Amino acid sequence: MTQRRMEVLVGLFMVAGLAALLVLALQISGLSPAAAGERYTLYANFNDTGGLSPRGKVSMAGVTIGTIESITLNRETFQARVALSIDADIDNIPADSAAVIRTSGLLGDQYIDISVGGDPEPLADGDTFYATQSAMNLERLISNFAAGQ
Amino acid sequence: MIDKLAALGRQGLDVLASLGRAGQFLAGVLGGVPRPVAGFPLLVRQLYAVGVLSLAIVVVSGLFIGMVLGLQGYTILSDYGSESAIGQMIALTLVRELGPVVTALLFAGRAGSALTAEIGLMKATEQLSSMEMMGVDPLKRVISPRLWAGFIAMPLLAIIFSVVGIWGGMLVGVEWLGVFEGAFWGNMQSSVDFWEDVMNGVIKSLVFGFVCAWIAVYQGYDCVPTSAGISSATTKTVVYSSLAVLGVDFVLTAVMFGDF
Repeated sequence: MTQRRMEVLVGLFMVAGLAALLVLALQISGLSPAAAGERYTLYANFNDTGGLSPRGKVSMAGVTIGTIESITLNRETFQARVALSIDADIDNIPADSAAVIRTSGLLGDQYIDISVGGDPEPLADGDTFYATQSAMNLERLISNFAAGQ
Repeated sequence: MIDKLAALGRQGLDVLASLGRAGQFLAGVLGGVPRPVAGFPLLVRQLYAVGVLSLAIVVVSGLFIGMVLGLQGYTILSDYGSESAIGQMIALTLVRELGPVVTALLFAGRAGSALTAEIGLMKATEQLSSMEMMGVDPLKRVISPRLWAGFIAMPLLAIIFSVVGIWGGMLVGVEWLGVFEGAFWGNMQSSVDFWEDVMNGVIKSLVFGFVCAWIAVYQGYDCVPTSAGISSATTKTVVYSSLAVLGVDFVLTAVMFGDF
C-alpha cells in the first residue's frame, strides 16, 4: 500500500462523509440552500390557530404552495394574524378564497389549506384573506357534545 | 477482613491514579500537536487504518439496522394506520441516537482495540522507548496522529451510518412494504431539523470519537508490556469505551433534548 494510494482512499472517505452530510441536510432535513424561488406574502386572521406553527405548510388541493412565515396576535381584535409565504408562480389565487386550518391525519401536524373561490380578481402581495376557518378543536367539540349543545 | 478493606482501598487508589495518568497523557498529546506538514502523512495513514477500514462494518451494520427499524416501525405504526410516519421515526432515531452510538460501539470494537494492541505491542517490544532514545517524542509521532484520526473519522462514519440506515429503512418501508414514498420523505423532512437533530448528532459523534480514541491510545500506552498485559488492555479498551459512550450519551442527550 503506497502512501499515494492511501491518501486517495482517505480522500474518498472524507468526500463520502461530507456527501453523506449533504444528503442529511438536503434530503433528510429538507434544508433548502436558499429560499426556493420568488415568494410573496398573504395574511389571514384566525380566531384560533390551534397547533399551527411557523414553517408549517400551506397547500392548495393537497399540493404544497408555500409555508407559514409567522403567527402573531393582533392586539386590537385579539385574533391571530398568520403571514403566509406563497410561491410567486401561484399568483392567481381568487380574492374570495378561504384559508382553512386542517390536520393531516388524525394526530398529524396542522397546516393551512386554501379552498379556492370563484372571484376573477386574484389576491396580491400583502392582501388578507376575506374568509378563514379556525382550527377544529377536538376537545371543544367533545365537550360541546357532552354538554348536549 | 482488614486485608480485604485494604485491597479495596488500593484498588480505588489504582483507579484514581490511572485516571490521573490518563489526564496527564492527554495534556501531553494535545500539547504536542504534530507540525502540520511533517505530521500529515502519519495522520493520513491513521485515518486510513481507523476510518477507511472501518467503513465496511459501519455501512453493513447501518443498512441492517435501518432495515430492522423499517420493519419494526411498520408493524407498530400500521396498527394505528400511520405507517407513513415511518420515515420520520427512522430518521430521528438514526440521526439523534443510533447513528452516533452504534457507530461509536463498532468503532471501539473495530478500531479502538486495534489501536490499543498496536501501541501495546510497540511498548512491549520497546519501540516506544527506542524512539525516545533517538529523541523522537512517541506522544507526537505515535499517539497524537491516532487520537486525531479517531476524532476526525468518527463523525464521518456516524453520518455515513445514518444515511445508509435511512436508505435501508426506505428500502424496506417504501419498496417492500409499500409505504407511499412522498409521505415517507415529506414526514421526514418536516420533522427533522438540520441544526436541532443532525448537528446535535454530529456533536455527539465528535465527543464519542474523542472519548473512544483517547481510551484506546491511553490503554495501549499504559499497558503492562507483556502478552497478558496487552490482551487485558485491549479488553479494557472495548469495555471502557462502550461504557463511556453509553454514559456520555445519556448526559449529552439530557443536555441537548431534555427541557431543563
